[in-house]
Amino acid sequence: MNIIVCLKQVPATTQVRIDPQTNNLIREGIESIINPYDTYALEEGVRLRERFGGKVTAVSMGPPQAESALREAISLGADEAVLLCDRAFAGSDTLATAYTLARAMNKLGDYDLIICGRQTLDGDTGQVGPELSQMLDVPCVAYVSQIEDVADGALRARRMVEDGYEVIESPLPAVITVVKEISTPRLPSLRGIARSKSAAIPVWGAGDLALEPEKTGLAGSPTRVINVYSPQRTCQGEILEGDPAEQVECLIGRLKDAGLI
Amino acid sequence: MEYFLTEEQQTIKGLARKIAEERVLPVRAELDEREEFPRAIVKDLADADMFRVFIPEQYEGLGGGCLELCLVVEELSRICGGVATTYAVNALGCYTLIEYGSEEQKQKYLPDIAAGKKLAAFAITEATAGSDVSGIKTTAEKVEGGYLLNGSKQFITNAPEADIYAVIVLTDKTKGPRGASTIIVEKGTPGFSFGKKEKKMGIRASSTGELVFRNCLVPEENLIGRAGAGFIQAMRLFDRSRPGIAAQAVGIAQGALEAAVDYAQQRVQFGQPIITLPVVQDMLAEMAIQVEAARALTYAAARTVDSGARNLTEAAAGAKVFASDVAVKVTADAVQVCGGTGYMRDFPVEKMMRDAKVTQIYEGTNQILRNAIAMELRKRKGRTV
Repeated sequence: MNIIVCLKQVPATTQVRIDPQTNNLIREGIESIINPYDTYALEEGVRLRERFGGKVTAVSMGPPQAESALREAISLGADEAVLLCDRAFAGSDTLATAYTLARAMNKLGDYDLIICGRQTLDGDTGQVGPELSQMLDVPCVAYVSQIEDVADGALRARRMVEDGYEVIESPLPAVITVVKEISTPRLPSLRGIARSKSAAIPVWGAGDLALEPEKTGLAGSPTRVINVYSPQRTCQGEILEGDPAEQVECLIGRLKDAGLI
Repeated sequence: MEYFLTEEQQTIKGLARKIAEERVLPVRAELDEREEFPRAIVKDLADADMFRVFIPEQYEGLGGGCLELCLVVEELSRICGGVATTYAVNALGCYTLIEYGSEEQKQKYLPDIAAGKKLAAFAITEATAGSDVSGIKTTAEKVEGGYLLNGSKQFITNAPEADIYAVIVLTDKTKGPRGASTIIVEKGTPGFSFGKKEKKMGIRASSTGELVFRNCLVPEENLIGRAGAGFIQAMRLFDRSRPGIAAQAVGIAQGALEAAVDYAQQRVQFGQPIITLPVVQDMLAEMAIQVEAARALTYAAARTVDSGARNLTEAAAGAKVFASDVAVKVTADAVQVCGGTGYMRDFPVEKMMRDAKVTQIYEGTNQILRNAIAMELRKRKGRTV
């Protein structure tokens, strides 16, 4: 079973600052990690390989330093890794990112399953996985919490929905996005770390992927960030003081005043 | 301080710390309270290749030496001395095999130990034989088909959890220590059972038990090296393993120092954090100096072992004695700095104080080791090279 895991290097915090000029995330001076949801994707990929054989290829699109995230992925069990890196990719929104990833998937070819995290810690859109499946014209199962079985060219998976879960059967190849309930990521191993240090990680640019310029990077990104702001607080909670009896009395009074009881 | 660790050694140390902080820290209080063997953590250590560290490469290990082992033991001990004991005793159970075992014996046992599929242990202590090894009474009589073992071993770390036991027995009881031999006994061998599981003061996550042999027939090929070499093998084993105990002591002391500094910075009395009080500063500074000195001596002893030097007794025993004394002092001082809070079992330093004590006792009491150092001193007339 050939598995591709998409992963992104993100700042190790949710307290990101926004550049007021460009409305982009400020990444300088913040430690980078593999997007946590992508670590679940990687773990599931490695576990599937352990069950069914094959190989796991980790793919990341990002700046040159994203290579360290791919080396970490190898230390955690990925067999190979490819970095998609080119100045032409700068400014990609989810559509251009999915386009670039899709071309990389086609270049890799011969995949059975593509696994993505449900969303990233920084962008938080959750769009790249589903967009990628559309561009590759394969099914997408989003928010997967468990892969029950893989057999006869199909997978059966549980996906989280708001009030429970659905069991979906999908032909392969397919794209799935995973939630954190799917697994507990393992720690790296010493032999994995040694392998990750010596692994050759090819870097593919716009030319290698034969990308059309108008679909790439900023030019291929219809999204425009107009403004980024914290929402105004329009209502505020109130904490009632006193012992429980007093609090209950106060609460009942308020509810009566409001005509609710 | 700069210890000139190689990139590989830094990787080993870093990963051991990650395992300790992410997998051991959340459960250490519970393991201690329940005296529970850390099965899940042993699995984590195996998955991370930690049991490969001290096994030669040709037996699916990573070929690390004493220093690499010490780095892992120190990092595990910084969080939990009990988990570190469970890990380190595997190396103790393997060393005689690695150094004196036949190719067949090594192929049979070491790859499984490297993969963490099997745990190893070492058994020398008996009711009548502690520091005085000549008090051993467990016998291995040569009979048709192998050796017939009778007797019992006590205070054996990793019993009954371990699968492979390197046991010191008398193959010739007329010769005293010169009649001792090392024999491998596998769990499940008929006539081999486990007695009392000990309840300990500290390192309670590690398991300590009694081995009982009643007409236990062990194949002849389980003898390591030659018959009668057991005592010398054991002494050489301890020369190589004692830096590991020193590393355990350094790790425990380091953990206590960190807890004490954190507490002293948070605890406000007389309107200021107690770390601003000269009396507290004096204690913390002294603790830090002691821990670093112990670490330096431990690493130097481990490097002496790895250098292939012939006479290791002074270096190994010296590091073990110094570091264990430091651990007992520093952990007690950490409890003192943390005051009433430190004395409570909700806070980790009292456990560290309990864990530290054993490092002065096992693998040679500090008294018997000072004795050994003094004998070496007489031999070399106190001169340095």
